Amino acid sequence: MILRALFQIGILLVLPPFLLGVVNRVKAIFAGRQGPPLLQLYFDVWKLLQKGAVYSRTTTWVFRAGPIVGLAAVATAGTMLPVAGQPALFTFAGDFVLFAYLLALARFATALAALDTGSSFEGMGAAREVSFASMAEPALFLVLVVMARATGSLSLSGMLGPALAPAWRAAAPALLLSAIALFVVALAENSRIPVDDPNTHLELTMIHEVMVLDHSGPDLAFILYGASLKFFLFGALFVRLVADAGIAGIWAAEAVFVVELIGFAILVGVVESVMARLRLTRVPQMLVGASVLSVFALVLLLR
Amino acid sequence: MGAWTDMAFILVVVLDLFLLASSRLGAAIRAVALQGALLSLLALLLTGSGHSVGHMLVVAGGAFFIKAVLIPWLMFRAIREMAIRREMEPLVGYVPSMILGGVGVVLSFAFSRGLPLPTNEMHPFLVPTALATVWTGLLLVVSRRKAVTQVLGFLVLENGVFVFGLLLTDFMPVMVEAGVLLDLLAAVFVMGIVMFQINREFASLDTDALSSLKD
Repeated sequence: MILRALFQIGILLVLPPFLLGVVNRVKAIFAGRQGPPLLQLYFDVWKLLQKGAVYSRTTTWVFRAGPIVGLAAVATAGTMLPVAGQPALFTFAGDFVLFAYLLALARFATALAALDTGSSFEGMGAAREVSFASMAEPALFLVLVVMARATGSLSLSGMLGPALAPAWRAAAPALLLSAIALFVVALAENSRIPVDDPNTHLELTMIHEVMVLDHSGPDLAFILYGASLKFFLFGALFVRLVADAGIAGIWAAEAVFVVELIGFAILVGVVESVMARLRLTRVPQMLVGASVLSVFALVLLLR
Repeated sequence: MGAWTDMAFILVVVLDLFLLASSRLGAAIRAVALQGALLSLLALLLTGSGHSVGHMLVVAGGAFFIKAVLIPWLMFRAIREMAIRREMEPLVGYVPSMILGGVGVVLSFAFSRGLPLPTNEMHPFLVPTALATVWTGLLLVVSRRKAVTQVLGFLVLENGVFVFGLLLTDFMPVMVEAGVLLDLLAAVFVMGIVMFQINREFASLDTDALSSLKD
């Protein structure tokens, strides 16, 4: 029991940067480059942790708290997500609300830290991030509600647990629509390409990257690591929803789960490689589309 | 089998929503063509034991040829020859029209149970899909500026009518169905001629120009 819990925490804490490495490798292969090593993000985080941080004199404790609160909130959310068919470490009825709002808390802390710098540039990024998030949130909630309704369970462990396979047989169209909506939300929340380019530092198009420009050293390491953790969380949610392998043994299930997560990372990399970034005015449209799809899924379930 | 029919109906509705959201004319025409292909597939999938298979094959084949091949080809040709701008140019924005479409879809799926039909319904998704598609077609006709995009909306509307017609294949003789298909083709021809006229007179396919024809 304790061993399993430790193993789950281990996967949660160790795997995420590797997934972003996979995404970058896929993008590099598509572009005909060799690309950074798969473990590059671990090196970056390690390097940044060795360094000291520089704080502007205009910032207050809010700026210093931002990365810490952000990472803590995302990591706590991760303990509620079931990994590979096993129940999550924390589970109670309605924990999906806490899950969604812990992610929102992380975003709030990052946006506050960005506003605290007093830079108009970072304020612009915070405004964009928050306004897009306000459109992604209904879609995420509707997806979670569809899953709750289909499986008749109010906790994430129940939604993604054994009740999922019968729900797929009973309501495949609704779950498929919500899975598509969830993928769109995952791309938007993790600032991947159709919404935001994680590599760019171009002023007019940045959303997420611009908010973290003033962070340095360990703070930046926390932010990079937190972003990869968030990517892992959405990936885990998505692969558990669409690819519930239903393998009995714990270790085999964990192995399949890791392979599925790598598959998710490859899928995101392919999407990023073949799609162009959307104009900023088109992003709300895509998110509203995801919401409409999940409303449709909910209506299919309710009728 | 049942799951595939469900998926086809859902995909028709999702294509409706895509049409309301898409800004590229070419993508929209391809979506309409795909919708037509799906409808012909649905005609085959819904063939029960009581139907004559040959009849359904004719209906499905005709629908596929006209809706999925001929009309999209004609529209692409019209775009190419008249060098129409490949954007939708909506009067109502994409997000509001998508929300309106979503409201229509939700309402049609929520309330179609309450609509009494003279026949026993063949599939629970059939009537709501027809209603949602007709609603989308109406929205597209009303809220898009150019004549080509309005023809597109009219095609979607006709697709909705065709879905509804699938309900009545037991009773509708072949002639009536052929009439539906021909009706559609004739409409496209007429609108094509109209488009040519408008193009020649005003060098534009903007129907707003028609309202300035007052003396």
